[in-house]
Amino acid sequence: MKLEKDKPVERLWNGIYVENPVFCLILGMCPTLATTTSATNAIGMGLSTTAILTASNLMISLLKKVIPDRMRIPSYIVIIASFVTIVEFLMEGFTPEIYAALGIYIPLIVVNCIIMGRAEAYAGKKGPVASIFDGLGMGFGFTLALLLIGSVREIVGAGTWFGFKVTPGIYEPVNLFILAPGAFLVMAFFVAIMNKLKIGAARRTNWDPTENGCTDCSSCAKLGFCSGKAAVTEEAGKKAEEVQG
Amino acid sequence: MGETIHVSPSPHVRDSVNTQKIMAAVVIALLPASLAGIILFGFHALLVLILSVASAVLSEFVFEKITKRPSTLYDLSAVVTGLLIGLNMPPEIPLFIPVLGSVFGIIVVKQFFGGIGQNFMNPALGARCFLLISFSGQMTNFAVKGGILGRAAADAVSSATPLVTLKMGESYSLGSLFLGTVGGTIGETSALAILIGAAFLLVMHVIDLKIPLCYIGTFTVLVLITALIRGYGSPVYFTLCEVFAGGLMLGAWFMATDYATSPMTPNGQIVYGVALGVLTYLFRMVSKSPEGVSYAIILMNCLTPMIEQYTRPRAFGVPRPKKEAKHE
Repeated sequence: MKLEKDKPVERLWNGIYVENPVFCLILGMCPTLATTTSATNAIGMGLSTTAILTASNLMISLLKKVIPDRMRIPSYIVIIASFVTIVEFLMEGFTPEIYAALGIYIPLIVVNCIIMGRAEAYAGKKGPVASIFDGLGMGFGFTLALLLIGSVREIVGAGTWFGFKVTPGIYEPVNLFILAPGAFLVMAFFVAIMNKLKIGAARRTNWDPTENGCTDCSSCAKLGFCSGKAAVTEEAGKKAEEVQG
Repeated sequence: MGETIHVSPSPHVRDSVNTQKIMAAVVIALLPASLAGIILFGFHALLVLILSVASAVLSEFVFEKITKRPSTLYDLSAVVTGLLIGLNMPPEIPLFIPVLGSVFGIIVVKQFFGGIGQNFMNPALGARCFLLISFSGQMTNFAVKGGILGRAAADAVSSATPLVTLKMGESYSLGSLFLGTVGGTIGETSALAILIGAAFLLVMHVIDLKIPLCYIGTFTVLVLITALIRGYGSPVYFTLCEVFAGGLMLGAWFMATDYATSPMTPNGQIVYGVALGVLTYLFRMVSKSPEGVSYAIILMNCLTPMIEQYTRPRAFGVPRPKKEAKHE
């Protein structure tokens, strides 16, 4: 499947599958590991992050000409923090149960790397429409990943799904999956499955980095068989040197 | 082969020792403890041991078939892991728990990290801790129905292990602790049976004295000092009870000495053993929990690569590396 760059559908697909923030970019680990103890919490966290991400992406994209380059990080944080505060009050008012369950992790969305990352990598450079869909795609990717991890942990660890009992009475819940080690285990399983899918797909299509416009080889799942990794790595190294110098 | 000159890089192994023989020796060494467990706790204990070994071997076989890796079934390492998992179970455990533990230990702890020799953590202990966290109720219920112990005491066998009782300040008969006629997991209660097995391993040069001796020695000294400071009735007696009760013997002789997860360097083994003693002491005597052997060993398993790095011996004849001059 070949999609045109920076178009809405491509952005959505990119966020959900190609560059899924949790399973491929391994970003936003703190909420991913901490709030996926149940499917309800995972959905709550995912959707609130999606709302904030989309709104902040739009705002940053609109203001990118006004924000001076050297002051962009503080400006981004002010924008993101404003939206987080709005969402926090809304959740406290309308969904008090989820608000109570997520606790400190709602204000912590301010420092979620996915939001900062998208602002820095995408919204600060591209137009508002593409940025909205980038935010939506990344947000849905995040929500989907959280929902998957949260569902597995809740079903295996507590025998329920969205609070309803789904396992037969004879099933003994494996408590470990609700606790912190379970988060890491389930996460690792999904990353492994995702890598398997992507490596297989890329092998079939003969992945060519120059054609696909890769810029960074770090944490790339296709590194094992990529035809142009040396060129890209060299370029990335030069860039890093420039930044450091 | 038939060549007159055989060229190969070092090490030049001229012994017939291989993994299979070592693992077979460990299985033989675990037999006294297993027998003691079956005699003491009855038929259900035998069932637990058989099931845990069978499921460990089966999961190893299935995983290696699916991933098309060379089969390591005949090196008996899965049998050892399964047997150790079984010996770590309470005697009346529901049968699905040891099976789940064996599958977790073999597939997640051992095979996901690359199979035999590549696991960073003892698979049997990883499985035990997984079960202990997941099914804490069943895993700490040491009530006994069958076997000599069950029959002798009828329904009166309490679910408390000697360590819990000791923690509450009651004393225990040292003789019964040594023979194993007390509550506990299938393989850990009889210090005598474990020591027979350990002696066999020492004679066969399968294990080295350094780790178990440093481990038990450090633990003994620390407990003795604490007993003296806290002013217990008979400090020496209390210390001996702590040493022979719980999983310390099984852990020190059979699990802390696992090749893949303990340091290779001689000094590293001493550091490892001493640290194990200190950790077990802290878990048992300072924290609230009565037992701490498995958590101590698992923690030190994770630190093993670091210990090896800092205790690597200097090659003979190579001058000491000079400290590089700092930037002027």
